[in-house]
Amino acid sequence: MKLYRALPAVPAVALIGAGWFANRLEPSVLGLPFLLAWIVAWVLGTSLSMWIVYRLDRRQPDS
Amino acid sequence: MNAALAVIGATFAVALLLGIRARSGRQMNLAEWAVGGRRFGAILVFLLLVGEIYTTFTFLGASGWAYGRGAPAFYILCYGAVAYIMSYWLAPAIWRYARDHDLVSQPDFFVQKYRSRALGTLVALVGVVALIPYLVLQLKGLGIIVSEASFGAVSPTMAIWIGVAGVVGYVMISGIHGSAWTAVIKDILILGVAIFLGLYLPAKLHGGFGPMFARIEAAAPGFLTLPARGQSASWFASTVLLTALGFYLWPHTFGSIYSAKSGDAFRKNAVVMPLYQLVMLFVFFVGFAAKLAVPGLEGTDADLALLRVSVATFDPWLVGLIGAAGVLTALVPGSMILMAAGTIVAKNVWRSGRSPADPAVARLAKLLVPVVAAVALWFTLRGGDSIVALLLMGYSLVTQLAPALLFSLLPRNPLTATGAIAGLLAGVATVAAVTLGGSNFATLMPWAPSAIQDLNVGFAALLINVTVAWLVSLGTGSRGPDYS
Repeated sequence: MKLYRALPAVPAVALIGAGWFANRLEPSVLGLPFLLAWIVAWVLGTSLSMWIVYRLDRRQPDS
Repeated sequence: MNAALAVIGATFAVALLLGIRARSGRQMNLAEWAVGGRRFGAILVFLLLVGEIYTTFTFLGASGWAYGRGAPAFYILCYGAVAYIMSYWLAPAIWRYARDHDLVSQPDFFVQKYRSRALGTLVALVGVVALIPYLVLQLKGLGIIVSEASFGAVSPTMAIWIGVAGVVGYVMISGIHGSAWTAVIKDILILGVAIFLGLYLPAKLHGGFGPMFARIEAAAPGFLTLPARGQSASWFASTVLLTALGFYLWPHTFGSIYSAKSGDAFRKNAVVMPLYQLVMLFVFFVGFAAKLAVPGLEGTDADLALLRVSVATFDPWLVGLIGAAGVLTALVPGSMILMAAGTIVAKNVWRSGRSPADPAVARLAKLLVPVVAAVALWFTLRGGDSIVALLLMGYSLVTQLAPALLFSLLPRNPLTATGAIAGLLAGVATVAAVTLGGSNFATLMPWAPSAIQDLNVGFAALLINVTVAWLVSLGTGSRGPDYS
């Protein structure tokens, strides 16, 4: 188990717990209520973290 | 015949033609028909998966939830992302096992892992029972879309009959090849329509996102955050988790994993799919824009929000294009569901144990397509508003397959076949009892703190499932024959 593979846990927790971490209107981002902006940001973060894992996985063909 | 109807009709005809042509001289045995001979590359797999995921429920339901409930709708944006993270590791493992053992249906996986045809039959039955309401929902959506978008020129019933006839035709002829190619047009259309509507309507009706959300907050304070009780933060977290677990457990989604050429297709998709998920954001914007523009849609009528605001704002030809996109969001998943249901009934219930190479099984699977369609038609035309309840029950049902699946992927599976069967039966019984009885954590545990009462009741069933499966497995030997 390589440590970088735990990276996607960060966006997963941020999204699942969005109601606890970000249940606010302000500050609004690009006109969006904060809760929605938080979720959009972490969906993008999901994609980014999966890309990083994918790139690192490719470098290690042994796994 | 109005302009909207002409656009919808033309799109339907093109999709149908593409679907039928997709066969192009292939010999249709069961593996070719149901899983495309396992030759689909990353792009076709992507199209199939998003084709299944963006259904009428997301098109009408997500805008309807944003319109009717506000912030709780945001869960729809989250669970897909969480599911894609899991799929990065789960889907290639499932795919490799399916290829090595020549599997064509979801129950096949359980039959092979647990060396138990009885478990396979049970999984097949649970899958079909969960799929029927999902199909009914697509058909109902189809009827609503065509009748609203054609300004009432075509009745919902007639639209449903025509749609079903077309889909049954191309599924029987082309199988999964037809679905993949129809998905291509569908995705281009839905992407264009959703982004256009999501950007245009807030700007045109409210002068931008900021003013729109400010007006909504002024009209309905608290609408854009989760409430303290009911659909609260703990409801949100538990619902995201449960639906993410169930995401790949729908029989047709599970089956489309088999269609890939390599396991790498899923890893690439896990990177791209979350971005595509953001299409939902624009669908939410439409729902929010409609809230102040076409107020007063109550209860299940909230699902009409997207179409009503479109009809009120645009020329008929554009409404027709929106309707056409909507029709395809019903047809593509509908075709996948029909195929999956036909395959699992033919292979895992009726002719349990036969080889997938047996032409009789392939013939039976195709013949079952119109039968499944007829059953769904009957439920659709019978009416009743219990569809959402049935769909939620379907979701809870497929989620019950999660323990048996996840444990089977461990190097040493702690569950025996008997244990898996017992757990699944207990979980399914709990789902049925809780759904039909209308209970939830609040009624079951009136003394518990609200954070626990608001948990999605699906968790109770899952917990009972795992406990029973584990206890029965302990009693029936720690491990059965060697599973490879």
